[in-house]
Amino acid sequence: MGDGTKKEQTEILDLWVAGSEEPEFQPTDEGAQEIASEETRGRLDTQFGRVVDDDYLFDDDVAEDERMIVNMGPQHPSTHGVLRLQIELEGEIIRRSKPIIGYLHTGMEKTAEQLTFGQGPTNVTRMDYLAPFHGELAYSLAVETLLDIDVPPRAAAIRVLMTELNRVSSHLVALATNGMDIGALSMMIYGFRERESILAFFEKTTGLRMNHNYIRPGGVVVDLPPGWKDDVAAILVDLRQRFVKYDDMLKENPIWLSRTKGVGIISPEEAIAFSITGPALRAAGVDWDIRKAFPYSGIENYEFDVPTRENGDVYDRYRVRIDEMWESLKIVEQVMDVMPKGDFRVGDRKITPPPRARIDESMEALIHHFKLFTEGFKVPPGETYVAVESPRGELGCYLVSDGEANPYRMHTRAPSFYNLQSLPIAMADSLMADTVATIASMDPVMGDVDR
Amino acid sequence: MSWPELAIVAFRVVATFALLLAVTLINVWAERKIVADMQSRIGPSRAGPWGMLQTLADGLKLFFKESVIPRKVELGMYLLAPFLAVIPAFLIFMMVPWGKPFMIGDYEVALQGADLNIGLLFILAMSAMAVYAVVLAGWSSGSKYPLLGGVRATAQAISYEAAMGLSMVAVVIFTATQGEAGTLSLAEIVERQAGTWGDVSPVLSFLPRWNIFPQIAAFIIFMIAIVAETNRAPFDLVEAEQELVGGFHTEYSGMRFAMFFLAEYINIFSMSAIAATLFLGGWAGPTFEGFLPGFISGLLPTIYFLIKTYAIVFIFFWLRATLPRLRYDQLMTFGWKRLIPAALAWLVVSTVAIGFRQFGAPWS
Repeated sequence: MGDGTKKEQTEILDLWVAGSEEPEFQPTDEGAQEIASEETRGRLDTQFGRVVDDDYLFDDDVAEDERMIVNMGPQHPSTHGVLRLQIELEGEIIRRSKPIIGYLHTGMEKTAEQLTFGQGPTNVTRMDYLAPFHGELAYSLAVETLLDIDVPPRAAAIRVLMTELNRVSSHLVALATNGMDIGALSMMIYGFRERESILAFFEKTTGLRMNHNYIRPGGVVVDLPPGWKDDVAAILVDLRQRFVKYDDMLKENPIWLSRTKGVGIISPEEAIAFSITGPALRAAGVDWDIRKAFPYSGIENYEFDVPTRENGDVYDRYRVRIDEMWESLKIVEQVMDVMPKGDFRVGDRKITPPPRARIDESMEALIHHFKLFTEGFKVPPGETYVAVESPRGELGCYLVSDGEANPYRMHTRAPSFYNLQSLPIAMADSLMADTVATIASMDPVMGDVDR
Repeated sequence: MSWPELAIVAFRVVATFALLLAVTLINVWAERKIVADMQSRIGPSRAGPWGMLQTLADGLKLFFKESVIPRKVELGMYLLAPFLAVIPAFLIFMMVPWGKPFMIGDYEVALQGADLNIGLLFILAMSAMAVYAVVLAGWSSGSKYPLLGGVRATAQAISYEAAMGLSMVAVVIFTATQGEAGTLSLAEIVERQAGTWGDVSPVLSFLPRWNIFPQIAAFIIFMIAIVAETNRAPFDLVEAEQELVGGFHTEYSGMRFAMFFLAEYINIFSMSAIAATLFLGGWAGPTFEGFLPGFISGLLPTIYFLIKTYAIVFIFFWLRATLPRLRYDQLMTFGWKRLIPAALAWLVVSTVAIGFRQFGAPWS
């Protein structure tokens, strides 16, 4: 979009006015059912990226045969999985682009209806596979809201510890892939190398490197392993040294700056209109973080800042991620200091299974164990929406229960899905090489997008 | 030409060819190993000692693989392009003297493929030829990503060829003042770099008489230009994997792909060898004749040459592990707005300075 149109378009239209993709469908206002005016529809189209409003896009002196439509993906080295982009190129300049998704659709939301509430985390942890703890946390919080229970303070602290470490490990992958897509090959290896130390700790705690199924309704599965403080302290020391080295390598590297500054700009208005959340939103200058707005798991008790920047370009997203990692390490350090003693899950045996030793001694414990693992626990009817701040943005879980042992409906508000919508706007009139930088800086996880 | 002379020519060509193949095998392995080390990886470690035979294994694998020919290709050009890549790459190195000439009976054997008196021009011509391979491969593949790679290659080669040529001119003009007349022969340029700068000033007698010292700016410009010329990081837009999948060689497979790959690594080595020859004195260096057995002091120049060349090859690897890739427009801006003006300015400065030294101030 040109600069001129951007200023005129400060008022962002309510997205409810938008119609469906079918051409004969008239976009209507939600309440009044009134047909949107021609002008409104035009603005909406621009807002959605269906029309790239630009001075020289529809130039007459550009012949039709100088345009080329390139399919980028779904099998392409830098579309982060199976994202497909249809790009209209004029030489090397992208005039229009269209993200196409659905190549990794696994029907996880539907699967969730077949699984009990206790089995649910196994499912949601596979959606955003780079931030599995956040998916589990959102789901567990939703179930707990419906059950109307509070987890013990130690469970909440463990959840904060794990999710914040997970945020660091996820941002490290984002940095790594961002570096690689711009050609800084070493950054990729470094990012994955540091992530490895965090994954090693996850494996020690949960038994798995990914797809942990660790945070479950009622608390967490097992307590932290003995010696966890030393492990986490070692990770903190190591990462803080490494982050300084990343800055040495990229922060003022002239090639890196010229490749990222002013590339893939998303203005705050566009960011809000597209429901972008997470680092991409904060890089555009909007101070919005679920951890501050709707705190969960006692995260309001820890001190941390929400880093924001102004320009909303690839460089700012990269800086916001780096700053967020520093803040997450700060939170992790505080959690280490204040980690409360006590139980790591609720004592209600209707929700969490009894300890293994009790099953040999107590008839009730055996029955509880049997019931929990055959039919699960029933959740009172109702619906709820709980969101957590995942590394990619607002990861929400909408849960409807009809009183049975499995959800009536589970829907995930996946941040990658919403963030991906902004690609056409961010990439319009940029060069081919900027596509990969922009995609990487939005950090989409296709498992999260398609679910 | 008598039979012994013919035999010597054949020996020179075959020996140069063999050296080039051997170092290329080592170069591919060395790059993987060095870059792996910089990125805290292990790199190839299975085939042979320290994985040294990995390149050979990969080459054999590619040799036996099916070469798929896509349906939409322009067949003639498509088949021709790999050869256009490899042949100039070999021919460029034929100009480089890689050891001190030695005598067999009455015949002198120069360790150089061919000593043309227009060697430098030939190198420029051949490196320009190599661009055709990329352009034709990209265009004839009948696919969009290779086409973009081919278009990029054209623009890039034209821009950086100019800077490379200009920095060579500065060296040639300088070399002309070091002997009786100007020369474009690489063997001659090397010989004029033997010895030290002691005759200019006794303080400098520890400095070898390499062109890099008076021509440092030309050396830097030449280095940047050859990195761009060989399509290596940070100028590897032609085959930018993250953007263009494989660039111009996306549609090539099997041995045809291997030829492009081979050409790239040969070019790295020969361009480094040319840089070492023009600026670092080629094979020139102390040979300790009399102290050491004859064959060792005869071999030392070749070793000096390899050390100097590998120092520059190492820079190629180092850059690849360190720098992000430039964007297409930034590459052009850098080439035309920075590098070529810098090369021109240096040419003028250097020439004027040489003029003063040779002929004195015009007013005196």
